[in-house]
Amino acid sequence: MPSSYRQPHFAYLRPPDLDAVQRLRRPVVVVGAGPVGLAVAIDCRLKGLPVVLLDEDDTVSIGSRGLCYAKRSLEILDRLGCGEAVIAKGVSWNVGRTFFRDHEVYRFDLVPEPDHKRPGMVNLQQYYLEEYQSARAATLGVDLRWKNRVIAVSGSSDPVVLTVDTPDGIYELETAWLIVADGARSPIRRMMGLDIEGKVFRDRFLIADVRMQADFPPERWFWFDPPFHPNQSVLLHRQADNVWRIDFQLGWDADPEAEKAPERVIPRIKAMLGDDREFELEWVSVYTFQCRRMARFRHGRVLFVGDAAHQVSPFGARGANSGYQDADNLAWKLQLVIAGLAPERLLDTYDEERVAAADENLLNSTRSTDFITPKSGISRIFRDAVLELAERHAFARRLVNSGRLSLPAVYVHSSLNTPDVEAFAGDMSPGAPMADAPLDDGHWLIDELGGGFRLLLFADVPAAIERSIVDAFTVLRHQPVPIEVVILARRSGAVANARVRIDFKGVAADRYDGHHGAVYLARPDQHVAARWRRFDLDRILAALARATCNDREV
Amino acid sequence: MPLTLNANFHDPEKRPIRDFSPGDDFYEMLIDAHRDLSAEQSAKFNAKLILLLANHIGDLVVLREAIARAGETA
Ligand SMILES: Cc1cc2nc3c(=O)[nH]c(=O)nc-3n(C[C@H](O)[C@H](O)[C@H](O)COP(=O)(O)OP(=O)(O)OC[C@H]3O[C@@H](n4cnc5c(N)ncnc54)[C@H](O)[C@@H]3O)c2cc1C
Repeated sequence: MPSSYRQPHFAYLRPPDLDAVQRLRRPVVVVGAGPVGLAVAIDCRLKGLPVVLLDEDDTVSIGSRGLCYAKRSLEILDRLGCGEAVIAKGVSWNVGRTFFRDHEVYRFDLVPEPDHKRPGMVNLQQYYLEEYQSARAATLGVDLRWKNRVIAVSGSSDPVVLTVDTPDGIYELETAWLIVADGARSPIRRMMGLDIEGKVFRDRFLIADVRMQADFPPERWFWFDPPFHPNQSVLLHRQADNVWRIDFQLGWDADPEAEKAPERVIPRIKAMLGDDREFELEWVSVYTFQCRRMARFRHGRVLFVGDAAHQVSPFGARGANSGYQDADNLAWKLQLVIAGLAPERLLDTYDEERVAAADENLLNSTRSTDFITPKSGISRIFRDAVLELAERHAFARRLVNSGRLSLPAVYVHSSLNTPDVEAFAGDMSPGAPMADAPLDDGHWLIDELGGGFRLLLFADVPAAIERSIVDAFTVLRHQPVPIEVVILARRSGAVANARVRIDFKGVAADRYDGHHGAVYLARPDQHVAARWRRFDLDRILAALARATCNDREV
Repeated sequence: MPLTLNANFHDPEKRPIRDFSPGDDFYEMLIDAHRDLSAEQSAKFNAKLILLLANHIGDLVVLREAIARAGETA
């Protein structure tokens, strides 16, 4: 048990369903209060949906799990109302150092790109995230049911019927929509007889969380073939509370039970630290990793998110980070469908977009694993050659792959995108996650987006916006799926039916190639749906219809 | 033209979203090409690959420099 952390236990309450005469019906049930299920539940509540969240346990995940959270996850957590707590407790880092045998090959500095609200990466033990998210979910009125284990699921059309086991007995409930966030082993996936395909890496990793008063800087250190652990790799990362994560690659033949014994682990860590500094073992486990995904994430009224749908090796920190993006992608679509504002087909685009994202994550994490654990003699020779060349040559440094750190998916081929008809410079093409920028009075562009659809209009002077355009803002606001207008101006001024923010540094204009008059339609998950050089109401409404699947005949 | 030592992998057919992608694409292609080869077959494969690429480069100034760099021990 970690000495640095006091594990919370949440109260089990007798579910009303146990005393109901008839089976109760819910619009949305989420199974699994891990980071991803909690994110979906919070997002649904923020969108006004009543949500039941079932978890078999009554606490957060204990042991060595996720620790690196990427900027995109922090932005999503900000939108959900948990970002500040994570930033306040987490450890920021920028420097990564790579060692080969007995010397340093190179170091990289992920200098935080200036003018973003959130840093590129923050390290924090997963149990803190779950704790903050659970508190947030409770505050928002999520019907959180601890010690409620789903033991059977029947049907994948409306209603889906769940059988739930509790300390007070078993009850059934029915739901119009079921979100499955029950983790890598996903009992529900099995109950439904669904496959998940991919591969297990024939390798084992000893993962130790160690508490020490070390004077290491907060950096990521990665060793290939170090003298203290020959032929294998080692990774060191700092977490909160002076806890350090150390991953030792062990090879496939290692005995997981024997390796976990403190008398085996302590000498390994001592050899790594290279001196007699004091440390305390918080947690030790041996993992094997899989890279796999389900063929489809939507099965009728049942939607799979997070590890239940896909799993990657941890190099690149793509597990929870991609799960948060699943939640982000799903919640707004679900809300529109439940509200009758979009056809059910919109949920097929959850599958379309997140399967493509999972494939990118799988590809990158498989490549990292192949580099870290070469599968053949020749592969090892190439790997070592890259590392030797990396010391002197920039091209080889780019090839060193100890994990390609999680970046948000760009939904390049999404059917929700309206293709460009005009030229734009930069990265903000349809499907892209929207870049942040500093605005007046300490505001950030990322916070102006999200929640619902937004129209960004770039304008030099708000007063100079044509009357006909300003009049159209009311039309946008009064759509069944409303669009709020945000004007990014160079100078201040008020405009009816729009929020004016000042792009005082010109960073937004730069990142979005936003000359006067340019328009972006932003999805509720802060991805670009469409963009144009000038405002055109018909085109905007057509793009909104497309982004909500309201453009096609059923 | 001197030997290029900065990252230079690129794919004319697609615009990379990530800067590391073209290099990783190449590396995977290379390792895949060796799959199922014996050590001897791999060595022969590498020899042919070097000859093909060397001919493509053609410029002896560049090739001389590459040979020198490859011989350096870190
Ligand atoms: C060593 C290690 C390091 C990692 N590092 C990182 C990292 O740096 N960054 C990162 O992003 N990710 C990382 N990950 C991955 C990350 O931990 C997972 O991707 C993440 O936990 C997935 O969240 P989830 O909510 O999908 O599932 P889980 O966290 O597994 O949650 C599933 C929940 O479902 C509940 N449940 C299961 N069955 C039932 C049932 N029948 N009824 C009711 N409830 C049920 C469980 O109690 C649990 O709370 C790492 C993982 C490991 C193992």
